[in-house]
Amino acid sequence: MKSAQVKWKEYASDQEVRWCPGCGDYAILKAVQQAFADLGLSKEKVVIVSGIGCSSRFPYYMATYGFHTIHGRAPAIATGVKLANPELSVWVITGDGDGLSIGGNHLLHACRRNVDLKVILFNNRIYGLTKGQYSPTSVVGTKSKSSPFGSIDSPINPILFALSAGASFVARSVDIFQKHLKSMLVEAGRHKGLAFIEVYQNCIIFNDGTFSDVTSKEGKRKRVLWLEDDYPLTFDEDDSKALTFDSDLMDLKVTDDKDKALVWNSDGRYDIFAYKLAQIDNPTAFGIFRKICRPTYEELVREQIFALQKRKGGKPTLSELFNSGERWRVLGDGVIKKLVR
Amino acid sequence: MKEAKREVVIRFAGDSGDGIQLAGTKFTEASAFAGNDFSTFPDYPAEIRAPAGTIAGVSAFQIRIADHDIHTPGDQPEVLVVMNPAALKKNLLDLAKGGIIIANTYEFTPRNLKKAGFDSNPLEDGSLEGYRVIAVDITSMTREALKDLPLDTRSKDRCKNFFALGICYWMFTRPLEPTINWIRKKFANRPEIAEANVKALKSGYNFADISEIFDARYEIRGATDLEPGEYRVVNGNHSLAMGLIAACEKAGVSLCYCSYPITPASDILHFLASMKNYGVITFQAEDEIAAVCAAIGASYAGSMGVCGTSGPGLALKMEAIGLAVMAELPLIVIDVQRAGPSTGMPTKMEQSDLLQALFGRNGEAPVVVIAPSSPSNAFDIAYKAVEIALRYMVPVIILSDGYLANNAEPWLIPREDTLPDIKVETFEGNGKFYPYIRDEKTLARPRVIPGTPGLEHRIGGLEKEDITGNISYDPLNHEKMVRLRAEKVERVQDIIPPIEVDGEDEGDLLVLGWGSSEGAIIGGVNMVRREGYTVSRAHLNYLNPFPPNLKELLSRFKRVLIPENNRGQLSLLIKGNFNANVVTYSKVQGKPFFRMEIYRKLKELLNEECAG
Repeated sequence: MKSAQVKWKEYASDQEVRWCPGCGDYAILKAVQQAFADLGLSKEKVVIVSGIGCSSRFPYYMATYGFHTIHGRAPAIATGVKLANPELSVWVITGDGDGLSIGGNHLLHACRRNVDLKVILFNNRIYGLTKGQYSPTSVVGTKSKSSPFGSIDSPINPILFALSAGASFVARSVDIFQKHLKSMLVEAGRHKGLAFIEVYQNCIIFNDGTFSDVTSKEGKRKRVLWLEDDYPLTFDEDDSKALTFDSDLMDLKVTDDKDKALVWNSDGRYDIFAYKLAQIDNPTAFGIFRKICRPTYEELVREQIFALQKRKGGKPTLSELFNSGERWRVLGDGVIKKLVR
Repeated sequence: MKEAKREVVIRFAGDSGDGIQLAGTKFTEASAFAGNDFSTFPDYPAEIRAPAGTIAGVSAFQIRIADHDIHTPGDQPEVLVVMNPAALKKNLLDLAKGGIIIANTYEFTPRNLKKAGFDSNPLEDGSLEGYRVIAVDITSMTREALKDLPLDTRSKDRCKNFFALGICYWMFTRPLEPTINWIRKKFANRPEIAEANVKALKSGYNFADISEIFDARYEIRGATDLEPGEYRVVNGNHSLAMGLIAACEKAGVSLCYCSYPITPASDILHFLASMKNYGVITFQAEDEIAAVCAAIGASYAGSMGVCGTSGPGLALKMEAIGLAVMAELPLIVIDVQRAGPSTGMPTKMEQSDLLQALFGRNGEAPVVVIAPSSPSNAFDIAYKAVEIALRYMVPVIILSDGYLANNAEPWLIPREDTLPDIKVETFEGNGKFYPYIRDEKTLARPRVIPGTPGLEHRIGGLEKEDITGNISYDPLNHEKMVRLRAEKVERVQDIIPPIEVDGEDEGDLLVLGWGSSEGAIIGGVNMVRREGYTVSRAHLNYLNPFPPNLKELLSRFKRVLIPENNRGQLSLLIKGNFNANVVTYSKVQGKPFFRMEIYRKLKELLNEECAG
């Protein structure tokens, strides 16, 4: 797929970017462009499919092929793209409302089928484009236009959702953690199968600071846990705290004894801890929760076709299709009929 | 003595486990080889495994055979073969006066009679007076015939459908060989089963031959008015599926069929899923919306995206179809219509989605709407749908229905080399590229396949600026685009055939039908013509756009009778678009029109004219 190296700025289209000034989406756009440059993707091989919402304007700002579709359906449309042409690098841009509310079903099934899609979920815990209603990831008590007395719905956990649905690559990053975000996108781009990346994204207008417990200076220092393969699960000042496995509680537990820290690996051997890590917020884990190898959906689809063609001696002609089953011939004046063969 | 008959309608009925559909299919093949024209219709129970012996569990198969070209499986059976009391109870009302009932007495036990809701045994209590009842203990006679074979009783009993079939083969002078050959081939690995079924078939035949209870034997000669050539049996669903495969092959575009299971459209998915060796991709989506969206995605990436559904599914797909209208992408949606609203009667037909197909989307969102009129015609319609969708970059809705889906008839097998070419232009770049520049003739925007270097562009559901395809909220641009999208659909008229008149070119009365009712309308029209009346007939396969000559055609008739299985949806369109004196004939019973109903309605109108 590599052709002449494309510089990251060349992935930008000629359209003026129209997100609110200070929106986290700008940072994600830049990280994606940089990741594409690192991956050496040629523009014509990339299709970006989005649904509806602020984040879903994304394709217009990229100089690749792009399809801005309808609310929640991007994973389904992207699945069709991949079925028709597995050679394309297909990226799905969605948000917490688009991907987990109206489109939750499609995202679930894209994950379980392991369609080779890269799904970037911009999570800002709010509906921005419709001007500020609580979303399926809003924390309980969120005051918004549609929840003036605080939201009462329990939020959905995107990482837990993707893990449970069977995504083969699951990661989390933050809009302003530029370097980390780019590296996650590159990892996702290299992964074969469905890659799901939740990106904490700040909505400066309707939900400013919703992730400040990890994005503030202190938060980042004390609360962020980096998931890195073969590294211990430590966090806080000078890695003074660690996560360990408590065999009595059958659970992860924070300890001051760094020697007891679990050494992380995303290859599936600690999958049970991935579910646990997804659920705790102090520390909050960033990085790759799961990266496993399993056949992609479109590979299996084609395998069946090729296997059948091989078994039956190649692709049959239309005449063979029409002539399957019992046939008979009407002759001349039609009175005489004969079995064919 | 054989009595010659021009045609006969037979219905086989029994419990779901009695092998009724198989018996019907074999009778159909035997009739094909006897040279008859035929038309068949299966009636499966809605319940998957209804309790044995109940009315809910009755499965039936109707076949009409004739020595001439026919178009429907017949209004009323004249012969009813019933394997148990429930089958009799459920089907008796349909049987023609004076009809023949062949009943398997073995199953007419007090328990089974009660299950079917009979207070006493109708075979004995005189309630079947007026019919000719032939009571045969089919089960016991089958067991007796197979007594020397090393099979358990249950396996022997499973052969009783072939014993009953043997009786019918004798009665209607059918050849045994095609069925015997089929049995031997089918059970090649289980010769004892093959032997038992062949023996049951022959025993039934011989029993009818020597027994004196069968006082009549009929002969229906081969039809003399069928076009010479090679034939096979095809039903509406399979015909559509083959039309899609053929057209995509000819167009050089891969077929990607995305569907969510729904009665009565699932059979198309099943058929295509078994055709993977033709390179067909089938995708069973998580829901109706995902199915149409995946089809749109596949079309966008260069395949022909198609999905099949029924009315409730079409409702769910509408927003996405609107996206395909806006993004100007090829798409085919097959709606195998069923009785609605809501879940309605899933296994019963209706033509009530016409207005939904035309107008069921938000905004001004015109699509092409076409409808096959017979199982054979379904192939041509699917073929044409592919051509229209790809050449005009437009969604096409095909309106089939639950009757057409399962109705089967002989199909003159097309020759691969005589299928019309489908020329699809793919834009690969030459100078500055604009995604919404249009072909002068078709108004289609360029078909560009992602992966093509230098043509990267963005499309979507937001209004497009003419030519550039950039997002635009400009009021005049919007109006222009609305009109362009409508005009593009109108221009499909350039490649559709004009509507033809059967009968006089002008006159007092024209019968105008659409979709699957053509067979019944032909039948009814022929009946009144035989009585010396003059009536013309025309049938619509193209509902949006209408054929170019429709307006002129309608202007030549004083009255237009429109029979339809809805409350008058085509009538509304005709009245709204043309200056025609429309009489609606509406039937909304989950059943197609009978010939006799069309005949009576025509007589009523024609006699009014005479009186007036």
